[in-house]
Amino acid sequence: MPLSAEPSWMSCEVSTGTTIMAVEFEGGVVIGSDSRVSAGQSVVNRVMNKLSRLHDNVYCALSGSAADAQAVADVVDYQLDLHSIDMGGLPLVKAAANMVKDISYKYKEEMVAHLIVAGWDKSKGGQVYGTLGGMLIRQPFAVGGSGSTYIYGYVDSAYKKNMTKDDCHKFVANALSLAMNRDGSSGGVIYMVTITEKGTEDKVILGNELPQFFDD
Amino acid sequence: MCSIGIGYDLSASTFSPDGRVFQVEYAMKAVENSSTAIGIRCKDGIIFGVEMLVLSKLYEEGSNKRMLNIDRHVGMAVAGLLADVRSLAESAREEVSNFRSNYGHDIPLKHLLDRVAMYVHAYMFGCSFMLGSYDEDDGAQLYMVDPSGVSYGYWGCAIGKAKQAAKTEIEKLQMKDMACRELVREVAKIIYIVHDEVKDKAFELELSWVGEVTNGRHEFVPRDIKEEAEKYAKESLE
Repeated sequence: MPLSAEPSWMSCEVSTGTTIMAVEFEGGVVIGSDSRVSAGQSVVNRVMNKLSRLHDNVYCALSGSAADAQAVADVVDYQLDLHSIDMGGLPLVKAAANMVKDISYKYKEEMVAHLIVAGWDKSKGGQVYGTLGGMLIRQPFAVGGSGSTYIYGYVDSAYKKNMTKDDCHKFVANALSLAMNRDGSSGGVIYMVTITEKGTEDKVILGNELPQFFDD
Repeated sequence: MCSIGIGYDLSASTFSPDGRVFQVEYAMKAVENSSTAIGIRCKDGIIFGVEMLVLSKLYEEGSNKRMLNIDRHVGMAVAGLLADVRSLAESAREEVSNFRSNYGHDIPLKHLLDRVAMYVHAYMFGCSFMLGSYDEDDGAQLYMVDPSGVSYGYWGCAIGKAKQAAKTEIEKLQMKDMACRELVREVAKIIYIVHDEVKDKAFELELSWVGEVTNGRHEFVPRDIKEEAEKYAKESLE
């Protein structure tokens, strides 16, 4: 028995356990996340905003190792800054997703991070791209993080084509809430960002305002 | 028989006392010795026409084309030293390829233009060239770069020995209201008009286009349409 044992959370990797999600609608996207950051069994931050701005019209949601995900988002933020000035306008969402994908693929053995990239551009409107493992795939909606496994059934049954912006808000809030209830590594509040031609709108749903489901 | 810029013309980084860079002007002379190439932008695409002088009957028809693809959606028509053109086209193609690899989509023409013009400015090339493309987002675009590295956007543009005469003819056209199919015949006609029968004997007409009619791909004009355009051109001269 060692004389002074370090608590395990001091040596565990800091992970954004997480549930993240993004949905396309006509005219934009809604991207959302929970707010729990854990180191082993300890919650080291209960209010972290995992939605990271890549550019005015493109955001990404972070999952996996907090450090790895933030590092990727920071590099792409920098690259997009230069790229958008070079091109004289807002970047295409596909270009941002491509840059995230390139880093995720190149360092896939050294990193554990999955970023969902979502945004709006003039060319193709609202778009959501999954980059898990270093792939690039556009999807009508995407879920990610450890909590997503609990809600695949829910999102597949609740998703409808041609949802409005408000429908998407409810869809994301419900899905994240369900996942946060079941996944030990997800919880806290829900952060949502809506991106359209007009710009971005932020929303926070606090713990006591979360949609309630069966929860005895 | 002194050359004009003696003393100030040995390097592209030397200015003359009256503010001229003679190497650039000499490069432009090389372009003026080349046969004519024209490019016209219409409402749904770009047409290029090149007067290919046939210096010997022994040449294989269609060799040494002066229209090239830089990418599927970007065409280049050139005048000047062909070897320089080939090297430049190769660099432009790499630029396009790298862009697609980094950003996942086709390079916007304006951006490619800036990159190639900077390259032309950095290294000296004895050629002028026109770049044209058509896509749904930005429509038809036509630009020309000269050996100084300066570039402009155009509705109609001519380079090479008969560029002044060609420009006069181009100015008569209402290209903004025309579609590619009509404009093809007018481009053929202009090349036939400016061709100097006395000094340069035989020539071949080359036509290429990129527009809605080709779904955004830069291609040589199909033989039947080209033959019809040439027939119209020859008849107009009579």
